[in-house]
Amino acid sequence: MKINQIIGLIIFILGLFSFSVIPFLGTYQLEKEMVEAKVKEEHQEDMLRILEPMYGEEYMSNFAFVSDFNGYFDEYNEALKANEDWDNVIWDDYAFDLTKAATQGAVADNPNLYLAISVGLAVLGGLIYILPMYRNEPDGIKNDGIYFSSMKSRGLLGIITGTWLILFYIILYWFPEYLTNLVVLMDPLSILLSGNPASQWFLYGFIYTLAILVMGIRMFRKYKGNAYQTIRTASVMFFQLSFAFLIPEILVLLNKPWHDFKNIWPLDYSFFYDYRMEGMLSSGALGMFMLIWGIILIIIGVPLFTYFYGKRWYCSWVCGCGGLAETLGDPYRQLSDKSLKAWQVERYMIHGVLVFAVLMTAVTIVNYFMEFGLLGQATDQLHSVYGFAIGSAFAGVVGTGFYPFMGNRVWCRFGCPLAAYLGLVQRFKSRFRITTNGGQCISCGNCSTYCEMGIDVRWYAQRGQNIVRSSCVGCGVCSAVCPRGVLKLENGEEEGRINDNPILIGNKSITVKS
Amino acid sequence: MNDKTQKIVIIGNGIAGITCARNIRKRDENSEILVISGETEFFFSRTALMYIYMGHMKYEHTKPYEDWFWEKNNIKLKQAWVERLDYGNKTLHLDSGNKIIYDTLILATGSVPNKFNWSGQDLKGVQGLYSKQDLDTMEMNTAGINRAVVVGGGLIGIEMAEMLASRKIPVTFLVREKNFWDNVLPIDEARLINKHILEHHIDLRLGTELKEIEGDESGLVKSVVTDKGETISCQFVGLTVGVSPNIKFLQDSALETKRGVLVDRFFKTNIENVYAIGDCAEFHEPPASDRKNIEQVWYTGRMHGETLAYNLTAENPVAYQPGMWFNSAKFFDIEYQTYGLVPNEDKEGISSFYWESETGKNCLRLVFEEKSQRLLGANSLGWRLRHEFFEKAIEKEWTLEKVLKNLHKADFSTEFFEKFYKKVFKKYENETGKKIALEKQSFFHRLIGSRA
Repeated sequence: MKINQIIGLIIFILGLFSFSVIPFLGTYQLEKEMVEAKVKEEHQEDMLRILEPMYGEEYMSNFAFVSDFNGYFDEYNEALKANEDWDNVIWDDYAFDLTKAATQGAVADNPNLYLAISVGLAVLGGLIYILPMYRNEPDGIKNDGIYFSSMKSRGLLGIITGTWLILFYIILYWFPEYLTNLVVLMDPLSILLSGNPASQWFLYGFIYTLAILVMGIRMFRKYKGNAYQTIRTASVMFFQLSFAFLIPEILVLLNKPWHDFKNIWPLDYSFFYDYRMEGMLSSGALGMFMLIWGIILIIIGVPLFTYFYGKRWYCSWVCGCGGLAETLGDPYRQLSDKSLKAWQVERYMIHGVLVFAVLMTAVTIVNYFMEFGLLGQATDQLHSVYGFAIGSAFAGVVGTGFYPFMGNRVWCRFGCPLAAYLGLVQRFKSRFRITTNGGQCISCGNCSTYCEMGIDVRWYAQRGQNIVRSSCVGCGVCSAVCPRGVLKLENGEEEGRINDNPILIGNKSITVKS
Repeated sequence: MNDKTQKIVIIGNGIAGITCARNIRKRDENSEILVISGETEFFFSRTALMYIYMGHMKYEHTKPYEDWFWEKNNIKLKQAWVERLDYGNKTLHLDSGNKIIYDTLILATGSVPNKFNWSGQDLKGVQGLYSKQDLDTMEMNTAGINRAVVVGGGLIGIEMAEMLASRKIPVTFLVREKNFWDNVLPIDEARLINKHILEHHIDLRLGTELKEIEGDESGLVKSVVTDKGETISCQFVGLTVGVSPNIKFLQDSALETKRGVLVDRFFKTNIENVYAIGDCAEFHEPPASDRKNIEQVWYTGRMHGETLAYNLTAENPVAYQPGMWFNSAKFFDIEYQTYGLVPNEDKEGISSFYWESETGKNCLRLVFEEKSQRLLGANSLGWRLRHEFFEKAIEKEWTLEKVLKNLHKADFSTEFFEKFYKKVFKKYENETGKKIALEKQSFFHRLIGSRA
């Protein structure tokens, strides 16, 4: 490692350290006006009374603040619950909004400074580390030492990284009130983009996008000379920055619903939820376009593009989850499980989630048209179970937090209902396949090892069989790492695409069917 | 061949032995199949050993089949070394003292690295690279060293240089030939690789031979002396001057051997029910005019295994008949593919068309018969080609021009990579004045990435 790279790494770690410490800085002081500003009309009177003991009191940590807040709040709710007075229970979660409003101190006073020493340093350090990578080295496969790396082969560094990510996701999803300092950092940028102060989701979207951009640049370095990888990476960087991050915020600025035009149901599982439908239907022509575009993508876009290009057009070129997996997750791609057992589990799980998502959506839509009569309760229950188990726990905590343990595509492989849908089309009606080159395979195993989806590519390559697996996201890395030029991703005629009884070229004595 | 259950014992679990075992099992559910190897318990890809050393993979990734595969397919495995064979009693004597009886014996024992009686060749830190044990030894021998010398400019030599370089160990690479591997590669290709080796900061010494290896008082290698009288101090010497059939434990028996175990085109040895395949087999007559008596590449091992498996399970055995020669390798970052006949020197009546990219990292050579213009073979570096295409073109005796006209169909490069064939056409036009025009693809066809 060059000296400047070591400096970059140190700067990165400092940034990450600041980012991890900032949530615990500052003081918290709740005022009556904050409650008036943040709490819904119908709860104002109760909340103002419940939180009265906290007004004007300065808390030295968010733990103390949140603990008191929860104490008063739960006391109120528990009493009502005990009396089965369900209608008066406050189900809304005000912990985050009020803690954020109460956040004070150096961080809240100098958000830009603290943004610079946390996220700023991490990005700067990351770039200083990444940009000189492989400089003055010939183009080629840069996998030297991956299995000696603690970070990339489930060593201590990998375990620490995974643990950090898992904790971050758990706090982000279920305890965002402890992250208010970080969210406060984002306020200036958020106000600039959408006119609104930041939520935890803006913070998340921002660092998510930065991770894809910075690690995308790493991809350019690592795969330099490989046009497919370069263009593909540029594509996911573009879609994340524009479609997933900037455009939705600008829509909000224009008083339109936050909308990611490239997100497709059932990955975008809330697309048919009543608040989303209402948002779109009440937003004029643009709202109507959102709805129609979304439906066109589901019923025409997915089958048509997948027919021509395979599911890669989405999974490794457009999708945000795929974007993070292909950039931030690239160092961990080799950790996916290649066993037959894993494939069996995968098929049950991913199609199970698809069925769940379809059923849930069907109930939602029926309920929508029945105007929340009969199925109202069931819909709410389904939404909350799906949102918790699939939307948050699976896609977020496991999906990203498990990168250093199970590879970078855990969610895409085992959980994503859209990937399941795309995969069904890819398997049964598509022009995409990975062609194997005659009898040139030497069974070395690089393709299988570096397949992030855990496909045992070698199994097919060594018997001269095309790879048409539903899970293949077409990242192209198997082809890149193949030392013998055996694998080629291509779109072609459907005839001969699936060759169940392949023939290995080269032996004229007999015809060997594998 | 026979319905009754027999016991087939295969010595060696490399690509030849394992392919044979698998293909016997596909056609014969009943026979007992036992594969014995002292090297490893399970089949692994020998060609992938280098990637373990380089940290691209772990040993378990090099196993092409999961461990349960063998039991599921009723192929028994035994990890042991065979010490002695008693053909009369059809008995194998193992190192453990155990005996194994067979009905049919298949020898697939592979190769051992060559050593040419250099002084110091048995010092500690001097080794070849063929087996898993060699790799483990190399791991120990190269720990903490500050220079390595690799002797022998062949496929294993350049792999070893790449392995060492991946660990940032400075390498001196002694190559006897004037250019890298020019006993196989034509001069242009050999020179292209010379340059690439240097680009990887390997101290490449062309036209240089090893004279002797010197050790210190503890028996550790400390330097090599070249035929030019130069002493190069080093702590590791890789001897990669080819391999020979691994038949030492088979010699001095009734089995007929020369360099390898002598076999006919049906892989039969001189002893009934004993066969030999893969690296260790030596044909009485070469199986084809462009082939050697001993075939030591991955693909031939596989084909030997397939053919013998067929013969042991079919009514009418067939003679081994390899198709068009093909091979591939990777020299650091540059992939190499070869199809058919590509002589390394000028041959009467044979000519070739050669194109090289401006970067000097890609090339194509098309070898053809002057009189008929028919294609005989092709070499490529840094350009993936379709195996199927060349098999057809060579078999159907396509002319050079027909091959060029269809060259875009031979292109197996990754999508979005440069279309080298366009440059090939230009060069061909400059050389011959003949223009190769491709049918223009419609915009729609280009959009959907359809191959012609």
